[in-house]
Amino acid sequence: MTTNEEMTIDDLRRILRESAGEDEDVDLDGDIIDVEFADLGYDSIALLETGGYIERERGVSLDEESVTSAETPRKFLAVVNDSLNSGTGQ
Amino acid sequence: MNATAVVTGLGVTAPNGLGMEEYWAATLRGESGIDRLAHFDTSGYPVGLAGEVPGFDVRKHLPSRLIPATDRTTQLALTATAWALEDAKVVPADLDEFGMGVTTAATAGGFEFGQQQLEKMWSEGNQHVSAYQSIAWFYAVNTGQISIRHGMRGPSGVLVSEQAGGLDAVAQARRQLRKGSDLIVSGGVDGPFCSWSLISQWTGGRLTESSDPGHAYQPFDEAATGYVPGEGGAILVIESADSARRRGAPKSYGEVAGYAATFDPRPGSDREPGLRRAIEIALADADVSAADVDVVFADAAGDPALDLIEATALVDVFGPGSVPVTAPKTMTGRLYGGGAPLDLAAALLSMRDGVIPPTVHVALAPRYEIDLVSGTPRGASVRTALVLARGQGGFNSAVLLRAT
Repeated sequence: MTTNEEMTIDDLRRILRESAGEDEDVDLDGDIIDVEFADLGYDSIALLETGGYIERERGVSLDEESVTSAETPRKFLAVVNDSLNSGTGQ
Repeated sequence: MNATAVVTGLGVTAPNGLGMEEYWAATLRGESGIDRLAHFDTSGYPVGLAGEVPGFDVRKHLPSRLIPATDRTTQLALTATAWALEDAKVVPADLDEFGMGVTTAATAGGFEFGQQQLEKMWSEGNQHVSAYQSIAWFYAVNTGQISIRHGMRGPSGVLVSEQAGGLDAVAQARRQLRKGSDLIVSGGVDGPFCSWSLISQWTGGRLTESSDPGHAYQPFDEAATGYVPGEGGAILVIESADSARRRGAPKSYGEVAGYAATFDPRPGSDREPGLRRAIEIALADADVSAADVDVVFADAAGDPALDLIEATALVDVFGPGSVPVTAPKTMTGRLYGGGAPLDLAAALLSMRDGVIPPTVHVALAPRYEIDLVSGTPRGASVRTALVLARGQGGFNSAVLLRAT
């Protein structure tokens, strides 16, 4: 599937669950947009895996450094949507 | 500093029992976990028997965060660790994070995880390789994941010396306790069964090609044709006696009182193999005489030449037939880095319950001159137990356990 449609927090919730699983002490359906990934139980490898999943699903290329240094879902989504909008999708 | 190293917790995932008490009960019943390998279709392969851990549903044991990141071997290791800590009543968050370390044995790492990712790379391209491959395949993965999950940031490492590694890891744990650590999680869980792994093991030349589970892994038997590989192992919580007392540990299974490792001479040499020296040095290290040893858990290679070397070393040190010898691993297969830790667990449970578990499927060949505990368990007061393990490539290790 290749689409330039903007990625939402709900898309990210689904992809996090599928690619990296879910910490038992965290409510991923809660208000997480500004919660740090470390507090959500995701480390840099989990973000790398999530980034890889999005690259395959959206046919987009993400900068590894930007993906793993995004501290919150809001910042992560900004990295993804910037790439989608700038047409780096193949 | 000469801290006494005591085992305060055990966690077991074995081919004949998931959980310590399940394993021990099956072992005393003489129940084997060796059967035709079910994990993948081995028709067309030269070997097809294995000891697989039964009924392991990872979702019941680990949070979903850890599942996509880990090989089955690591999932079993994390499960065994959680059980061992629970058995020891250790709550890591209550203890000094730098006082706790992790030292496990491994021979393969997350082999199956690695195979799956290589398959993805070939068939779908490198974009499809999991980021977790960076750690999941690696020998040190179990040590690392245990350390991260339980917040243990003290001295940690991994020992890779094939089947001898499980004893070498426990000895390294004792060294760290002597240098001042409070608690080390040790032992090992090993042995993945994917096609790549099985073929890699087969090229080692020691797997039996028998297809009859009851006549496959038969150490010290004239019919010996090699060994059956198995998966699983045991995790041990090892503490200095002082810190166990300080935190009020509910029990101690026994002390790691002696250890030695030796290396064999080069192949073709007429010098003696290193096993006898390993036994003697381990006894001296524990300040125990041969006459005081109550039971030997043999390496039990299942290869006629190697069985003879072991039986000869035992006769040289103890005299013919003068100490009970057993090999409960005839019910699990050889578990590589997990094998010796499982034997340590069995030896400690022998002390607890006053019973020596049996060796199964073996009719002792008279030329070996050992007192093999065969078929059914034997009641005995066990105060000291010697556990032997040899690793392919020349490794010999021995651990002497003493009741506390």
